[in-house]
Amino acid sequence: MGYTILVFVKQVPDTQNITGEAMKPDGTVNRAALPAIFNPEDLNALELGLQLKERFGAKLIVGTMGPPNAAEVLRESLYRGADSTILLTDRAFAGADTLATSYALSKCAEKIGNFDLILCGRQAIDGDTAQVGPQLAEKLALPQIAYVEDVESLSKKKIRARRSIEGGYEVVEGPLPCLLTVVEANEPRPANAKNIMRRKKSMTRSELRKAHADANYTDAEMLVDEEEKLKAKGLWIEELSAADVGAEESRIGLKGSPTKVKQIESVVLRGADFKRIDPSEDGINALMHELIEDHTLG
Amino acid sequence: MSNFFTDNEDLMFALDNLELEEVTALKEDDYKYAAEFPHAPVDFNDAIDNYRRVLTEIGDVTGERIEPRSRTVDAEGPHFEDGVVTYHPLTQANLRDLRNAGVMGVMLPHKYGGLNFPNTIYTMMTEMVSRADGSLQNLFGLQDISETIYEFGDEEQKDRYLPGFASGEYDGSMDLTEPDSGSDLQSVRLKATQDPKTGQWHLDGMKRFITNGCAKVHLVLARSEEGTSDGRGLSMFICESCPELVVRRIEDKMGIHGVATCELQYNHVPAQLCGQRKRGLTKYVMSLMNGARVAIAGQALGIAEAAYREARKYAAEREQFKQTIDKFPAIYDMLARMKVKTVAARTLLYHTTKVVDLRQGYTHIVEHAKDAAAIPQEARAAQKKYSKLAAVLTPMSKAYCTEIANQVAYDGIQIHGGTGFMRDFNAERYYRDARITNIYEGTTQLQVVAAIGGVIQRVLEPTYDELAALPYDGALDRMTSKLADMRTKLGEAVEFVKARKDSDYQNLMARALVEMEIYVLVGYLMTRDALKDRRREALAEKFVIDAEPEFEARRLLAMSGDNTTIDRHWEITEY
Ligand SMILES: Cc1cc2nc3c(=O)[nH]c(=O)nc-3n(C[C@H](O)[C@H](O)[C@H](O)COP(=O)(O)OP(=O)(O)OC[C@H]3O[C@@H](n4cnc5c(N)ncnc54)[C@H](O)[C@@H]3O)c2cc1C
Repeated sequence: MGYTILVFVKQVPDTQNITGEAMKPDGTVNRAALPAIFNPEDLNALELGLQLKERFGAKLIVGTMGPPNAAEVLRESLYRGADSTILLTDRAFAGADTLATSYALSKCAEKIGNFDLILCGRQAIDGDTAQVGPQLAEKLALPQIAYVEDVESLSKKKIRARRSIEGGYEVVEGPLPCLLTVVEANEPRPANAKNIMRRKKSMTRSELRKAHADANYTDAEMLVDEEEKLKAKGLWIEELSAADVGAEESRIGLKGSPTKVKQIESVVLRGADFKRIDPSEDGINALMHELIEDHTLG
Repeated sequence: MSNFFTDNEDLMFALDNLELEEVTALKEDDYKYAAEFPHAPVDFNDAIDNYRRVLTEIGDVTGERIEPRSRTVDAEGPHFEDGVVTYHPLTQANLRDLRNAGVMGVMLPHKYGGLNFPNTIYTMMTEMVSRADGSLQNLFGLQDISETIYEFGDEEQKDRYLPGFASGEYDGSMDLTEPDSGSDLQSVRLKATQDPKTGQWHLDGMKRFITNGCAKVHLVLARSEEGTSDGRGLSMFICESCPELVVRRIEDKMGIHGVATCELQYNHVPAQLCGQRKRGLTKYVMSLMNGARVAIAGQALGIAEAAYREARKYAAEREQFKQTIDKFPAIYDMLARMKVKTVAARTLLYHTTKVVDLRQGYTHIVEHAKDAAAIPQEARAAQKKYSKLAAVLTPMSKAYCTEIANQVAYDGIQIHGGTGFMRDFNAERYYRDARITNIYEGTTQLQVVAAIGGVIQRVLEPTYDELAALPYDGALDRMTSKLADMRTKLGEAVEFVKARKDSDYQNLMARALVEMEIYVLVGYLMTRDALKDRRREALAEKFVIDAEPEFEARRLLAMSGDNTTIDRHWEITEY
């Protein structure tokens, strides 16, 4: 098993299938009204990771930062073929913007250490910023290739990837370790039946505790025992807090987030008047001129 | 977002109410496998939870991925050039998705990399795959042949082939039909000869209409005993694709366009004997076909489900005479009948698969026991009981599901009006795809031949005793009294036909009798299910109400004692 690949993924509200009120009166997202799903482009990143694993041999570690129930996307990753998973969860992480998120993830990556590649989806559908991947690379001082469609070759020293650019693609090379952000260029595989049957029993420590509490059963020794058993079976979802990864309190969560959302507006694009362009050289030139003056082009 | 499992209340009802405890315990050998295989269930709840999760995943794969590709697959189909079949890229994508989902060896034991699921759960997948793309089921369903290798092959063959099937690396075909041997497989001529020195078998001859005849692994029915001409001279062989096995052409078909139906020429193809000589047709192919018949019933049901849904949606949207057409009695009756037939077919099919699972479970105990004396008496009795039931239920399910699928798809077009005749809508594709289901794996006529013995012997009477004893009330009580009456009349009709001691008359009336049996059985099953969920009462009621006149028409026919058709059909057809 040659490479170690980290994939960072996110659980997001499903903005495509909105049920009920998507926005709260204060302008923040009403997560309760939206089903939580695997961020689509993160599935593309995971798929690329799985393909690299098949092509070159790799250990695939999937991590996410989120509330305890974000463990669900980690299980989804295990169903598709990830080797192990890490849940970065802490109340102190809540309310993070892209700066605080990429900081927290960088601490997590440092804690894991010894990786060859980090894969992220290009962007998450709840924020559409496409900033976390690039910021994470900067914080870890890694080279980055954004908008990756596929990997052409991989060796211990370097990676050659195809990245999407306007009107086509370009092929670039970079040294390892390296971070890639991945676009929707592959078709993520479905969950695998046997993995579902086996890995559905994967748990985080909080989930194990909760299961015990639900059963009115709080024998500390038993808890440790079961934890060991789950670990031995590869059914343990590592759970890390801010302290576990050594994150500074001032740089995470709401405190570490300089971004302030002032207002959210729903912009509906509407067709206005139309304009007739003469289908001749002159007509097109005039149009180009107008667009350049408009700053639509150029 | 469509999920073909979670959007199908009736299918989920089946999973929840089939009471699969015994089936699952047999399949998992009392959950002993859990110690050895990390994905094997530890108890019944764990098993059902596995089934539900995997079905939900396949519901997603079929609804979100396969269905959207189906129109293009139907329009473009596979490509054939220079003896090589290439499936449509979207069919390849479908197969890749199913492989990645890990469902190409659904029933194979854990040991060989399979999921070790019962036939019931596999059939539920079959149904969903077929609802998404009828033609894809033919490729998905050929995993059945690995079941046959598992049942009858030797250890070496199992080790050689089964893991490849489970992973989806191997695909298969079953090569039975020849130009002169269709329904009558006893007359198969493809020659198998054994080299007296090396013991190596070779196959020479022709097969036609072979689904996925371009497969890597073939199960072949061939004549190994020179000088014989009946079923006892046939054996089953395994061979692999090789230069001596030539795909001569692929058929241009009415439906199931996505899959290649091949004509094959065997030019001294090296092959291995599978199982014992001379038992090819009598035992192995019969077993293979019984499995495949259940699968085709599932295929038909899936197509019916799709056709019904399209029609229901269209009728709710289409307006004529200032109202949506689903407000016209003629249309809502048609829709209700389509729905009830689909639910009825599902009820019969899963009643059948459960019996098939039980038969298989007990057969396994009886046939694979290390010490024959240690086999419990109950296991032997159960094996006998379920074998007898499966032998009549399987052809009944195949006949009923495939015939109603044709009716539902036909009405589906009717509800669409002229639009239904156009290629722009799916209705005509369902109609074309449904049409093969009551032909291959034995035509409906041959299913009747297979089922009539059990009907004459009244094999289902104990089942009726159990079903009739449930505590029905109100409308359900009224339904069961009707059914009790029909049951009595069916018994009388059978006695009447038997008493004539005329095989022509019995053959002529066989279909009527088998269909009467289906009405009674399904009527009882649907009424029983209404006890579990009162919202199903109207479905049961509609089934019984619609069944009554159909039953009566067949009864009149069977009891007529009239020989006109037998004596004068020649005068009629030759006028
Ligand atoms: C698309 C397609 C895929 C197929 N795939 C496969 C495959 O993968 N492998 C394979 O081996 N075969 C396959 N077949 C062949 C299929 O199983 C046969 O076509 C089918 O069994 C009927 O045989 P036949 O076509 O020779 O019809 P015939 O047997 O000639 O039947 C003609 C008619 O006579 C009736 N008939 C025949 N005998 C009786 C009887 N005893 N009593 C009453 N009526 C009778 C039939 O019901 C039918 O109506 C496929 C066929 C098609 C069309």
